Amino acid sequence: MKENKKESIFSKMNDTTLLLTITIVIFFLMYIGAVVFQGGGFTKPQMFFNILNANAALIITAVGMSIVMISGGIDISVGGVVALVSMSCAVYLDYKGGSIFGSILLALGIGVAYGLVQGFLVAYLDIQPFIVSLAGMFFARGMTTIVNTAPFNVADEEFNALKLTRINVPFMGSVNKKGVYVPAYVEIGVIVALIIVVLLFVVLRWTKLGRSFYAVGGNKQSALMMGINVRRTKFLSHLICSTLAGIGGYVYFLHVGSGSASHAMGMEMNAIASSIIGGTMLTGGVGNIIGTLFGVLSLSTIQNIVASAGLDQAWWTGITIAAMLCIFLLIQSVVMAQKKKALKS
Amino acid sequence: MTDIKKKSEGSFLRKLTSNQLFIPLAALILLAVINLINDPGFFKITLGTNNAGFPVFSGYLITILDYGSELGILAIGMTLVTAASGGQDISVGATIAIAGSAMLRVLCGGDSRPETIQAPIIVAFLVACIVGMLCGAFNGMLVAIFKIQPMIATLILFTAGRSIAAWINNNELPIVPDPKFSYFGSFIPGIPIPTTVFIVAICIVVIALVLKFTNLGLYTQAVGINESSSRLNGINPTFIKFLAFVILGLCVAVAALIKVSRLSTINYSVIAKDIEMDAILAVALGGNALSGGKFNMWASILGAYVIQFLTTTLYKFNVQSDALAAYKAVVVIILVVFSAPTVREYMGQLFKKLSPARKEAA
Repeated sequence: MKENKKESIFSKMNDTTLLLTITIVIFFLMYIGAVVFQGGGFTKPQMFFNILNANAALIITAVGMSIVMISGGIDISVGGVVALVSMSCAVYLDYKGGSIFGSILLALGIGVAYGLVQGFLVAYLDIQPFIVSLAGMFFARGMTTIVNTAPFNVADEEFNALKLTRINVPFMGSVNKKGVYVPAYVEIGVIVALIIVVLLFVVLRWTKLGRSFYAVGGNKQSALMMGINVRRTKFLSHLICSTLAGIGGYVYFLHVGSGSASHAMGMEMNAIASSIIGGTMLTGGVGNIIGTLFGVLSLSTIQNIVASAGLDQAWWTGITIAAMLCIFLLIQSVVMAQKKKALKS
Repeated sequence: MTDIKKKSEGSFLRKLTSNQLFIPLAALILLAVINLINDPGFFKITLGTNNAGFPVFSGYLITILDYGSELGILAIGMTLVTAASGGQDISVGATIAIAGSAMLRVLCGGDSRPETIQAPIIVAFLVACIVGMLCGAFNGMLVAIFKIQPMIATLILFTAGRSIAAWINNNELPIVPDPKFSYFGSFIPGIPIPTTVFIVAICIVVIALVLKFTNLGLYTQAVGINESSSRLNGINPTFIKFLAFVILGLCVAVAALIKVSRLSTINYSVIAKDIEMDAILAVALGGNALSGGKFNMWASILGAYVIQFLTTTLYKFNVQSDALAAYKAVVVIILVVFSAPTVREYMGQLFKKLSPARKEAA
């Protein structure tokens, strides 16, 4: 009897909510597990905020990636864009004597330019998004070395002041060994990331544009029948994703404070993995921004658990993350299959 | 009379441009012409002697044939995977590291500086084949049985592959002492043509025979075009997808043999880096739909050599190896824009509009 009821709840939920619930539940189980079994740093709230600080840029790019994936495309150029933005801004600030405001405009400009070109190629010329963004990734990585070959730290004082700006979180601080109260803090990037997450959550949930992303990703043909401008929707999804990659690039730059051609290596794969763990499907039409946020958190929590578990051999990080990713994917796959069966019977 | 001639000419042109081989061939010819203008010596092949005193051919064309071989072999498997599953395997670079590492482990027996090889090369190669096919089977299982999108399923091995490769050899970098092992990636004494060319030729002949005498090609296309209708026709789509990934695993093992043999050792984080992107690009350049379905194996292999030709040409123009990617991207974008159906249609219309005007002028 109880089993039956459970099934009916499952089948009542739509795909997006179901996958989101799984992700959130697993994330909390994992975090609680880390607190119970490892204790140490995990018991302090600052650990959580550090995860946020280190991954604000990933959250922003992953959110953009989710939107492209929901509308049925993919963009693997985001890591390259992040590297290009950080290098360009670093050169602009240090060698060209630019201002902070100018560098932000530069970051946005690179993102928007990328979005315009890639969106046009994908939406209006019908070229496969994978190929377009693959070329985009190559171009960004190559351009980064053309802009400046050697990695360097930014010396600009205003920028470094902004980099070190910390926003204290009330009631979350902890008392250290000397009995001094240390407030918990987040960096500016985290605030930006959270604003973007909330904003895009609202857009995807309650606006016409947001719903048309789901419609186009779910079924292009029926979206066209419904009178949605499919090409424009696809174009906008790529524009948003690349713009967010530009913003994410600046947040990344603000966190590391240097320009290097090897920055954000493999970030596109982390963004895709986070979206997947968060319940977005590569086939399009299914996904949730909040899920992506939890996807990023889950991914980085795994990394932290591995690091603090003392598995110091470098290869363990790669293997464990892959294993966790595998488990997440299998759970999703099995649950979705179960649900389909339940719906059929 | 002239009208008929013109018509047949037009249809010939259309036939030519609609052929899948047209894009890679056109790109190849364009690159060749650019090189010819820049330096006619590009196509010169000279018979010299290498360090060991054996006669070898050298020249840019030989370099392209030699270094394009791994990509050509991978393109075979990647085409099948793309056609059957409608997705791509992004783990090939990482699995090359795993297969290569396993090969070294068998050859050196866990010792990083052995005096002699601990097992015959053929045994090591077979072990690498098995390891490669196991990796392929793992990916294939996730894709075919658990219905995970291929790019995501292979993301797992992409993340873990290089770590597993390092773990197999305890993060040491063994060096194979036997000079015979290095023949696979360079020259067999006495034969002036790179061994890799023969390896690719064998692979191409094998896949040609398989495609000709078995239903693999037909079934793969059927599964890629419509999975449920192929099931209704008695094909097992799960098995076909699984098989495509296992075949790619075999291609990976062969590519790993060449890669490891070139150095007689391995570098886990650098070996075959970004080769997955080039392999996917080769399939796309060959005009194959990345969403699966119909495929043309020869166009893919040609695409692989076009990429190598492009790389060599760029090096010839003194492009820094780090900045290479940017130029490659521009060329790729130009290629795909001209091969896009929308652009082609538009060009066709433009051509039609222009032709009556030309008639009037005549």
